[in-house]
Amino acid sequence: MNEFVHSDMLGAFIAMMIVTAASRAGGFWMMRYITITPRVRRMLDALPGSIVVAASLPLVVGGGGVVVLALAAAMAVTIIRRNEFIAVITAMVVAATARALGFGG
Amino acid sequence: MAIAAKSSDHLHGRAYWSRDGIGPGIYAIAPMLPGTAAFGLAFGALCAQKHFTLAEVEVMMAIVYGGLSQFVAVQSWPDSLDLSTIATLALVTATVNLRFALMSASLRPWFGTLPAWQAYPSMLLVTDGGWLAALRYREHGGANAWFFVGGGLVLYVVWLASSVPGFLLAEQLADPKKYGVDVVMPAFYAALLVPAWKGARRAIPWAVAGVVALAVHRLASGYWFIISGAVAGSLSACFFDDE
Repeated sequence: MNEFVHSDMLGAFIAMMIVTAASRAGGFWMMRYITITPRVRRMLDALPGSIVVAASLPLVVGGGGVVVLALAAAMAVTIIRRNEFIAVITAMVVAATARALGFGG
Repeated sequence: MAIAAKSSDHLHGRAYWSRDGIGPGIYAIAPMLPGTAAFGLAFGALCAQKHFTLAEVEVMMAIVYGGLSQFVAVQSWPDSLDLSTIATLALVTATVNLRFALMSASLRPWFGTLPAWQAYPSMLLVTDGGWLAALRYREHGGANAWFFVGGGLVLYVVWLASSVPGFLLAEQLADPKKYGVDVVMPAFYAALLVPAWKGARRAIPWAVAGVVALAVHRLASGYWFIISGAVAGSLSACFFDDE
């Protein structure tokens, strides 16, 4: 196995695995000790949108016009068709086309 | 309790296992599959450029299973691995992946009704797309654990397989942006935000999350902006009443 996976690389992967698995299991474990009051429920309800916005907004702002255009297209498609599949494909096509035409970002 | 009658209630429906949830679970994450495959392709190509072996790529993808964190880590992969560079890699991975803790926390009311030996392995399948699809299913009253696990397993397999052609075709895929791969995740997110919109008042935490994430992104290096923005947005919901 060492011919294919160098042992120092494996060590790095295992370190990354431990922090990632701990994140995935840790939140679930922690909630064992938290009672779901209406207030906690509001926090959980706000979580999806908050994660989505926090994870993508800085990348979108830094991504420039092409990314903004692609996401606007994705949202427009979702409003019209309510289909995430078509939305994602549309965004990829818009971004790839815009870049092929020479637009930066 | 009046709250229990609300359709958005997290407490209703104990989790159960029924195979008829697998199909709908896969169908729900299907929009993620092309994006996941494209992301995996780009990741395989990146690893080939960084002189990883294919076995190393697959081991990493299989045991870490955090696409964005792997991308970030490999982009800044150190020339030599020792205790300190490995610790740095682990820290970078943690900053990107701490959001999984928030996601699995929100699944507790559902999966917490299962025995621990079923619930914890299920949590290892938490991904952005799988989690968002599961939440939506839950909002509509779903409680079948196979919905989440079935979809999650398919995403996992597609993810593992997708890096192989990417690794082998690294030359052609040197610039993933050319194919719009970088907009896949934000586009999927944007598409999911549209139906989640329930009025400006409910979106105040989103705005808080966005402002905090932008500020942290500007002020701090790395990926702390994800977890700080998400936590700030969620905490702010504490202070607003629903009705």
